[in-house]
Amino acid sequence: MTGRYLLAGTHLGVSVAAFGVAAALGLLQALSLADIQFPHRSESLYYTSMTAHGVLMALVFTTFFIMGLGYVLAQENLGRITGRSIAWFAFWLSVVGSVAAATTILRGQSTVLYTFYPPLKAHPLFYIGATLLVIGSWIWGGVIVASYHSWRRDHPGEPIPLPIHGMLAAIIIWYLATAGLAIEVLAMLIPWSLGWMKTVDPLLARTYFWWFGHPLVYFWLLPAYVLWYTVLPKVAGGKLFSDSLGRVVFVMFVLLSVPVGFHHQFEDPGISAEWKLAHTVLTYSVVYPSLVTAFTIIASLEVAGRMKGAKGLFNWIGRLPWSDPFFASVALAMIAFIFGGFGGAINAAYAMNSMVHNTAWIQGHFHVTLGTTVTLTFMGATYWLLPRISGRDLRLRGLALVQPYLWIAGMVLFSTSYHIAGLRGLPRRIYSASLTGEYSQWHGLSMVAALGAVFLFASALSYVTVVAATWLAGRRIPAPAFEFASSLRPPVASIWDRFGLWTSVAVFLIIGAYAYPIIQLLSHHRYGSPPYQPF
Amino acid sequence: MKVEFYEKVWMCAAVGLLVLFLGTIVLTAANDAVHPPSHVETVDPMALANNPEFGNPAVTVHTDGSVVVSVVTTMYSFSPDPIVVPASRPVTFRVTSADVLHGFQVVGTNANAMAIPGYVSQFTVTFKKPGEYIVGCNEYCGVMHHNMVGKLIVSKESE
Repeated sequence: MTGRYLLAGTHLGVSVAAFGVAAALGLLQALSLADIQFPHRSESLYYTSMTAHGVLMALVFTTFFIMGLGYVLAQENLGRITGRSIAWFAFWLSVVGSVAAATTILRGQSTVLYTFYPPLKAHPLFYIGATLLVIGSWIWGGVIVASYHSWRRDHPGEPIPLPIHGMLAAIIIWYLATAGLAIEVLAMLIPWSLGWMKTVDPLLARTYFWWFGHPLVYFWLLPAYVLWYTVLPKVAGGKLFSDSLGRVVFVMFVLLSVPVGFHHQFEDPGISAEWKLAHTVLTYSVVYPSLVTAFTIIASLEVAGRMKGAKGLFNWIGRLPWSDPFFASVALAMIAFIFGGFGGAINAAYAMNSMVHNTAWIQGHFHVTLGTTVTLTFMGATYWLLPRISGRDLRLRGLALVQPYLWIAGMVLFSTSYHIAGLRGLPRRIYSASLTGEYSQWHGLSMVAALGAVFLFASALSYVTVVAATWLAGRRIPAPAFEFASSLRPPVASIWDRFGLWTSVAVFLIIGAYAYPIIQLLSHHRYGSPPYQPF
Repeated sequence: MKVEFYEKVWMCAAVGLLVLFLGTIVLTAANDAVHPPSHVETVDPMALANNPEFGNPAVTVHTDGSVVVSVVTTMYSFSPDPIVVPASRPVTFRVTSADVLHGFQVVGTNANAMAIPGYVSQFTVTFKKPGEYIVGCNEYCGVMHHNMVGKLIVSKESE
């Protein structure tokens, strides 16, 4: 690893390590749910490992990966990382925070799942550790923004490089989203967990949590989209179909990612139906940029196939580089998102949500979206990044190529079973699908899901093995250059580059969507809840 | 900004699809009052024992024939259990929690709501098919969450 990429590479290493641990825990959960015995199987292990799996996957794996990717994109597209020593400080802050939170989880002191809804109370270090991770990510965002401003001074009037445009959008979403989390954790959960406050209002905390919790998924998704828009067409041997629509898409996410949280709270009391309906409208609006993306990316792939000489309606598909691990991963990730996206539209369907709310359908859903669309894209991107940042040839290339197919096969079994089981009423987050032992109508489906989890674990293990083998024992090569896709028409600077303006509009929308309902919540005659630790 | 013809068609079609989805939702909400449970009412979770309604949660049949079921969720049970209600009549559930968050889900129906301490969830369901239903807690509530299972019995209309 050369000095220039040490920062990004170190982030990537933490990310992959967290992913490997979390994947192993995930397998145990799927086995437990299917009532398959293994040594040390217990209720307490199950819920502890579920908390660890959620926190490591959703917060540690993703955040570290995105931070590392952000540094690579800044280095390559802006030619600089402004504030490298501050970036290292942010890295260590994030690591210390993650380790602190993970330690309290593994010691069984914070079995509150990654949603940590009060009045379940975790160890104070769980909240403090998570806060340090988020502060680390805030500093990372600041470093990328500072690098952009420094670049801008040297390049007045130029369009923002598209990879940076998308990454800046993700950073703005992250700041807007974590504002809600900061209120929940700093003003409520930390003082309450330390005993300085006797009670908290669980519904108010949930509302702040979902202000953060849904845009969180766009913070994962946008870096994946950046890779789809700016790297995939290049790897496929073509060009980006439309640069300007890419910018429109990223701006739409800035505007619409945050004011949608009530679609996670449809079944909550205390929030009026009108406001839930308002968030429903905004939730469907944020589907739109993904529909536009579907066209642009597939059109870009068609361009690639035709540039390689494909004729006819469909034979461009065969001309695509299916034997490239990055391409195969991302292509499968995109196919999964067709199903994940429509599943999401069902979840968001207001009253229809009661058919799926908190059933196994939900875990089926987010394993297709976060667990496949985002995860497979990041896995594929690792195969693209690693030789370029380490100057080592990818080891075990065959395994790297099989790995995404193994993942998708596992996910078809895993996710489809849970979707069906959820529609048949299997509650979410349970130790055993036989519940008290009397009911086993979900047993068969949970067995299929467990088989899927075995495939998924094999795929995860392959991924970690390829990464470790390349890192430690890859043949030294001159590092290939980072190359990004050019677009059919050259990019132009336009209103879609004016993030100051769009951020203001986004803040306005968030205030519109949340101010009144939160004032309403605060004005009830409310009773708080003392802490509980039933674990 | 130049947008290719086929992409324009796709973008318009995508708007159409979303308008169709939203239109269906808004229309059924406005015309048939199809809403998720969104009742606004607070209650002291630490004083449920002295509450006239939740101190002794039960199924109440009012003189006008309406059926109201008050439910208290606690780690790790539902009260009352079993819940016995008549078939083919609107049954209004009022659900709260005495400790942490719980879920109240009648498996095989669309009765599904969060039980949040300090708040009362309220929704009305008509069960057409008599029989026994599983009531499950679908929000993690502690180490025995999966054991939090109750029973709902829908009896024939004649009773």
